[in-house]
Amino acid sequence: MANSESLEKNIVSIKHLSFSRGSRKIFDDISLDIARGKITAIMGPSGTGKTTLLKLIGGQLSPDHGQIHVDGQNVHRLKSKDLFNLRKRMGMLFQSGALLTDMNVFDNVAFPLREHTHLPESMIRSLVLMKLHAVGLRGARNLMPSELSGGMARRVALARAIALDPLMIMYDEPFTGQDPISMGALVHLIKSLNNALGLTSIIVSHDVQETAAIADYIYVLSEGKIVGQGTPQQLADSDSEWVQQFMNGNADGPVPFQYPAPDYLDDLLSSHSTTAN
Amino acid sequence: MFEFLENLGKATRSSFAKLGRSTLFLGHTLTGIGDVIPRPNLLIKQIYSVGVLSFLIITISGLFVGMVLGLQGFYTLSDFGAEESLGVMVAASLVRELGPVVSALLFAGRAGSALTAEIGLMKATEQLSGMEMMAVDPVKRIISPRFLAGFISTPLLAALFSAVGVMGGHLVGVGMLGVDDGAFWAQMQANIDFQEDIINGVIKSIVFGFVVSWIALFEGYDAIPTAEGVSRATTRTVVNSAFSILGLDFILTALMFGDI
Repeated sequence: MANSESLEKNIVSIKHLSFSRGSRKIFDDISLDIARGKITAIMGPSGTGKTTLLKLIGGQLSPDHGQIHVDGQNVHRLKSKDLFNLRKRMGMLFQSGALLTDMNVFDNVAFPLREHTHLPESMIRSLVLMKLHAVGLRGARNLMPSELSGGMARRVALARAIALDPLMIMYDEPFTGQDPISMGALVHLIKSLNNALGLTSIIVSHDVQETAAIADYIYVLSEGKIVGQGTPQQLADSDSEWVQQFMNGNADGPVPFQYPAPDYLDDLLSSHSTTAN
Repeated sequence: MFEFLENLGKATRSSFAKLGRSTLFLGHTLTGIGDVIPRPNLLIKQIYSVGVLSFLIITISGLFVGMVLGLQGFYTLSDFGAEESLGVMVAASLVRELGPVVSALLFAGRAGSALTAEIGLMKATEQLSGMEMMAVDPVKRIISPRFLAGFISTPLLAALFSAVGVMGGHLVGVGMLGVDDGAFWAQMQANIDFQEDIINGVIKSIVFGFVVSWIALFEGYDAIPTAEGVSRATTRTVVNSAFSILGLDFILTALMFGDI
């Protein structure tokens, strides 16, 4: 068990986490803490396992080594009933929204309430309308998921994620593929919900500007390691070349523009083989 | 040679692994049925989707199969002057074999493939994963009601198939070919045994319903969550269901009617 002081301060505590898929190492002995009541961002290029990290925190995957504590409980030692109880206190916003396609917006938001509570239907209605109002979609309650734009689907998913008033919400790439207005709405929502509901937010993203604008603390991951961490300002001032490349979006740097290949001239002159070896 | 052995080993291992996964999945599904009983709405919705919507294809197919049996039976029986036995021939063929087998094959094609595609797409669009993160067990919430609905619907559809088939046989035999109406029904009544024919047919369709629902739901749940993965899983559902239905039909027939 984590000690009480760090439990008070951190809602998620990851210690020496290693995780592999087949022979590919996704995380190699990483440790990080997520502070209560703050917005913490986990950033890194595509394919660094950011979504995998959320699935590990949510107990959907098990680590090879190391421990993950959420609100003082070791996620991977819990029995499935206790894990499900813990998940009721975690919201997760999937990249696709993951709305149930055979239900309308209202029923999607009501889903966790109907599954986990015995509230009367009139109260469920009020709660659902309040959550939908918070994300600005009270008027869209009768639409089916197929009738929503990508940004609206994510906002409905967000209303559903806060339906049970969780302690924390994990956002998986919330800004990917959004137009500027939807993006602005989501940035505003994440920030205001975090403050108004006293949540803890974990944002996994590679959209540097939007994430840096609202995050209190950022971890930058690459190739299974944490390569930088700090407040957005500290990262902007970082002297790590890697962090600078990522934060400024430079095409070339420690992460090379070219995929590893043999010498260019040799490659052009050797006409016998088409393979790069 | 080594490569052949290596591939054979890999294929065997993955088949056993899949068998293990499907058995665990079945166990999980069956334990979830207890949670479906207090929520009949979930079950009714699925019975509508897999059962009621299969009504038309079963009725039309049953009618044509019965009509063909009437025609073929009449020409064969008339060689022996036994046209009056047409009723019993049509009814025995339907309740013993064609009713359970053809309706299960149609069920696999109509409802089984739809179940696989639905579950596979729910997996691909992270709906199952999302449900897990909302602390709702997707097997209990999504799979178990569908399994129970398939299990309940198949024997009812088989009964419908047989009943409509008998009507089709009657239409052709009595209505068009002039078999005596009284003899058609009386011979059927006298020679179709409730225990031997009807109950055995019902047992067959219950077994087929169990297996087809299991295969369809497992293939969807185990599908690779991509467009290609779901399409392959749907094909596997239809092919594996057909093999299982026909193989099990032989085994059940041998146990019920044979002296093996």
